[in-house]
Amino acid sequence: MNKIIKYVLLDIIKSKIIIAYTLFLLLLSIGLFNLGGSPDKGILSLLNLVLLTVPLISIVFATTHFYNSYEFMELLVSQPINRTKIFMSEYLAVALSLSVAFLVGVGIPVAVFGAGLTGFYLVLTGVFITFIFVAMAFLASVITRDKAKGIGIALMLWFYFALIYDGIVLFILYAFGDYPLEYATLAMTVLNPVDLGRIIVLLNLDVSALMGYTGALYKSIFGSVWGITAAFGLLLLWALIPVLSSRRIFSRRDL
Amino acid sequence: MRNSTKQIFILAYILALTLGSQVALGNNTLNVCKTCPYTSVKEAVAKAAAGDTIVVDGGTYQEHGIEINKPLAILGRNNPVIDSNFKGQILTVLSDNVTIQGLTLQNIATSYRHDDAAIRVVQRSNVRILNNTILNTYFGIYLQYSEGIVVKDNVVKGEKGDKAESSLGNAIHVYRTDEVEITGNTVQGHRDGIYLEVVKDSEVHHNTSQENQRYGLHFMFSNGNNYTYNTFRHNGAGVAVMYTDKVHMEHNTFENNWGAASYGLLLKDIRDSVIRNNIFRRNTTGIYMESSSRLDMQHNNFERNGWAIKLLTSSIDNTLKLNNFTGNSFDISTNGPSQLNHVENNYWEKYTGYDLDKDGVGDVPYRPVSLFSMLVERVPPSVMFMRSFMVDLLDNMEKVLPSIIPENLVDEKPLMSRVKHDSDRKLTQVVR
Repeated sequence: MNKIIKYVLLDIIKSKIIIAYTLFLLLLSIGLFNLGGSPDKGILSLLNLVLLTVPLISIVFATTHFYNSYEFMELLVSQPINRTKIFMSEYLAVALSLSVAFLVGVGIPVAVFGAGLTGFYLVLTGVFITFIFVAMAFLASVITRDKAKGIGIALMLWFYFALIYDGIVLFILYAFGDYPLEYATLAMTVLNPVDLGRIIVLLNLDVSALMGYTGALYKSIFGSVWGITAAFGLLLLWALIPVLSSRRIFSRRDL
Repeated sequence: MRNSTKQIFILAYILALTLGSQVALGNNTLNVCKTCPYTSVKEAVAKAAAGDTIVVDGGTYQEHGIEINKPLAILGRNNPVIDSNFKGQILTVLSDNVTIQGLTLQNIATSYRHDDAAIRVVQRSNVRILNNTILNTYFGIYLQYSEGIVVKDNVVKGEKGDKAESSLGNAIHVYRTDEVEITGNTVQGHRDGIYLEVVKDSEVHHNTSQENQRYGLHFMFSNGNNYTYNTFRHNGAGVAVMYTDKVHMEHNTFENNWGAASYGLLLKDIRDSVIRNNIFRRNTTGIYMESSSRLDMQHNNFERNGWAIKLLTSSIDNTLKLNNFTGNSFDISTNGPSQLNHVENNYWEKYTGYDLDKDGVGDVPYRPVSLFSMLVERVPPSVMFMRSFMVDLLDNMEKVLPSIIPENLVDEKPLMSRVKHDSDRKLTQVVR
């Protein structure tokens, strides 16, 4: 398995896209920290970047990578290697390379300019988001053999989680505004990893005081060690579910 | 001869008059210290004649229930401490023309029946309370049914610890007292820092009120008062003022009132008042306005607040002019479509318009209310979607084609650069 991961990683680095991605993140983060003035402001601007571009790039890169290495996978399948092993190596190689790119591009500037717990949460959220969206990309890829269709599904998934979902929830909140919605909102944010990540970071910045009663309630939930652990546990679940289900599909499917 | 007799008579008369007044008013100094003729303040007060001065020398005096029932000056020298040991009120002023200066008064227990205070003035006038330090008391200075009182340069510090709001008293509590001057005091750790109820024609200047459990300043039914150069910071719920006309609030600083239920300044039923040249910095809500009308709000700075102004639709005919709005999460939020206020010539950091004729006034109107702030006002839990990409998108769409945000709440002439309140008189002239 390690050997396959090594091959895939070498392949990814050769394509140079990952290096461009690292540089892009690095430039943006350094720029934002220098513009923002205070580290808190920098982290706030970075948050939008992490929650919008990281999922997009992760999902598009992973989907195209999966289809491009289809022949390589077919070759491996013809060897006496377990299919799950092949699939997991592919997944881990892509997710790890994107995570390392993220850690270098965002993690280092955060550590240099505005470390602290919030910065740490931001970086951790980014890594989780990378793993989650690579998993979703793989799920989209194993569903269909058609490359265009696969990328389409992946983009739809990104569009849904980054944009449409919030729109739907806001609409629901508006429609049911007369009811106490604190816990309903909590449940609905848990159903979207992007929202969950955003709230973990926001609640640890001092803008949380703006959020009135709901903010106080959320802070009492997410502010504790247990709450944060639970939140990251949920993010882990968000990565595991698509990975395990796509692995299942991959190992049973006629390639 | 006859003339000289008359002169002698007049001379004698004057002499008698001065002597007489000497006897009547007294002008002696009574010293209180461990080795003096008087070893307790209470004893000295009992023996003193009207008009005497009592000088209390350094040291700690275990006393309470001192009733000042004649015009006296009680002056502290070398920081004397009067400790009530939680047994009751320390000084009760029951006479006009009293001065209390330079004492440290401490340790008064919570008393729901008596509202014990370090210094209480009851139905008197011309009392001066200067330079005292009041520590760990229930109420600090309590004025009731009096007039012409000066409270100056005192420090009143309570120890709120984690006591409940109901078991804390106010630092300076004024009830039905007119012409009070409260200047240069530092108050902290009480329920309300400065509390005025039915107080008229009074001045509150240069005070610092911080870390109080509830409000830094709290007044009700107190018309015609001036509040200038005060600082209110880190108070549990900021400053709340209610049911009052003709108030002047100028050059005050409201800062760091930060938390789920905190306001810089909460206005409820305030009318015909002036709020100018104040700084609102880092409050959860800079100003909350409910049922307030005909307020003149100019030259204020709103910096890095959550909401700079929450303007409820029950507030009408207010003027917002030449204010700076910088770094606020929401500039103005409101709870309904109707708006009858005048918003003009403010500087909004979020303004993205242009100024082709270079007259310093933007050519495109600015709408300070965002769609998201309307949504949050209606459905508070939706605040959890702050900074979501969808929310930014909706806000920008609404800015281009306003349909939900109040159409009348608009600054038709937003300024292109920050108003410098002191030096920009010229620009002020132009836009007026």
